[in-house]
Amino acid sequence: MMWTAARALMARDLRLLWRRRGDALQPALFALLVVVLFALALGGEAQALAKVAAAVLWLAVLLAGLLALDTLFRGDADDGSLEQWMLAPVPLSWLVLVRTFMHWATTALPLLVATPFLAELLHLPHDELPVLLASLALGTPLLSLLGAVVAALTVGMRRSGILVALLALPLYVPILVFAAGSVAAAAQGLDPTGALLLLGAGLVLALVLAPLAAAAAIRIALD
Amino acid sequence: MRFFAPAAWPAMPDFEPSHPPLLSARGLAFARNDQPVFGPLDFSVDAGEALLVQGDNGAGKTTLLRVLAGLLRADSGEVSIDGRIATAALRSHAVSYMGHLPALKSDLTALENLDFLCGLHGRRRGQLPGNAMAIVGLAGYEDTLVRQLSAGQKRRLSLARLWLAPSPLWLLDEPYANLDLDGINLVNRMVQAHLRDGGAALLTTHGAYAAPPVRTRMLALERAVASA
Repeated sequence: MMWTAARALMARDLRLLWRRRGDALQPALFALLVVVLFALALGGEAQALAKVAAAVLWLAVLLAGLLALDTLFRGDADDGSLEQWMLAPVPLSWLVLVRTFMHWATTALPLLVATPFLAELLHLPHDELPVLLASLALGTPLLSLLGAVVAALTVGMRRSGILVALLALPLYVPILVFAAGSVAAAAQGLDPTGALLLLGAGLVLALVLAPLAAAAAIRIALD
Repeated sequence: MRFFAPAAWPAMPDFEPSHPPLLSARGLAFARNDQPVFGPLDFSVDAGEALLVQGDNGAGKTTLLRVLAGLLRADSGEVSIDGRIATAALRSHAVSYMGHLPALKSDLTALENLDFLCGLHGRRRGQLPGNAMAIVGLAGYEDTLVRQLSAGQKRRLSLARLWLAPSPLWLLDEPYANLDLDGINLVNRMVQAHLRDGGAALLTTHGAYAAPPVRTRMLALERAVASA
């Protein structure tokens, strides 16, 4: 039953993505523009760029994810799909988890694929790239899961634009600190494993708790 | 398709008096911001029976259905399904809810929407989405995007979803809205067939212009007067 529902939801989201495939590229394009703006503002000097490359890339990915956050539950709330999710014989938190995973796979995963190219734009030293990719692979799902709780809390509001950012950004701070810290440590020749392991632990915790919290928030928001 | 058989009045199944009603409410009341919306209400619906909830706009019909479906929490009173206190797990298997919002994705085709909703809610044995679409008169629209359907056709698609759901209890909020005469007859025939299979249905309507030709009881809701 749970897998049937999950498969149905994944198939639905993939079809919707294909119907609106132009939208799917937007987060990646936004991140590209942020990176280009940084490169222009810093004057295109390779050494200056290389020093801040990892931090800029992480910020670009984080902001792109933030912009995509409002679409996580908004459409399903507006057309009544969430009501049917609540009445389905599978737990709402399970559907929330699957939906969040699909949202991550369609908005953050393209960014991950684009990261090596963006890193090249910013002259990121090549030996830092694997650490950066590892921190993104662990950090972006964590961002999506925390973001799901915030998106669920604001789903009952008509216009929640900047509120989502105000609620989500403080929660993102620790992730950014550890993720950017891991790359900075690698740049100085230190071992980045500790920071990455902490990100992994946070991800495991959020995988269990965030869907439960988001499901509870949806129930309250649609009351 | 037995669905289109000449509308014979179904023989009411005989229940022993001890059989619990499919749905019963005791002292059910709901208030919003300390303003009573409805209640306290006592009623029960047996299998093979339809309850027509009538009332003016704002009388609390939709709220009552949402409380029964479990989307809202009642302030007092209790709801039982088949003699057991209704829990979320029990409701999810016993109740199908059709509200004002269609729960359809406008960028998917009609059939893709039905496939998803069947995956979510499960499917009645022996029923296929294609057949259900033919029953509600949407044959030929399988691959049409829902955004291109009219309001009445979307409502028919919601009815097809309902027809496929395995739940015995239907909660229909204004099922006649947006439907033409043929569509109103369709709702009545569907309710009739559902009741013949041992199901039950609650329908809200603001007027008495359409009632399914089955054993129907009425529940009249009046607008709760706010005590100043």
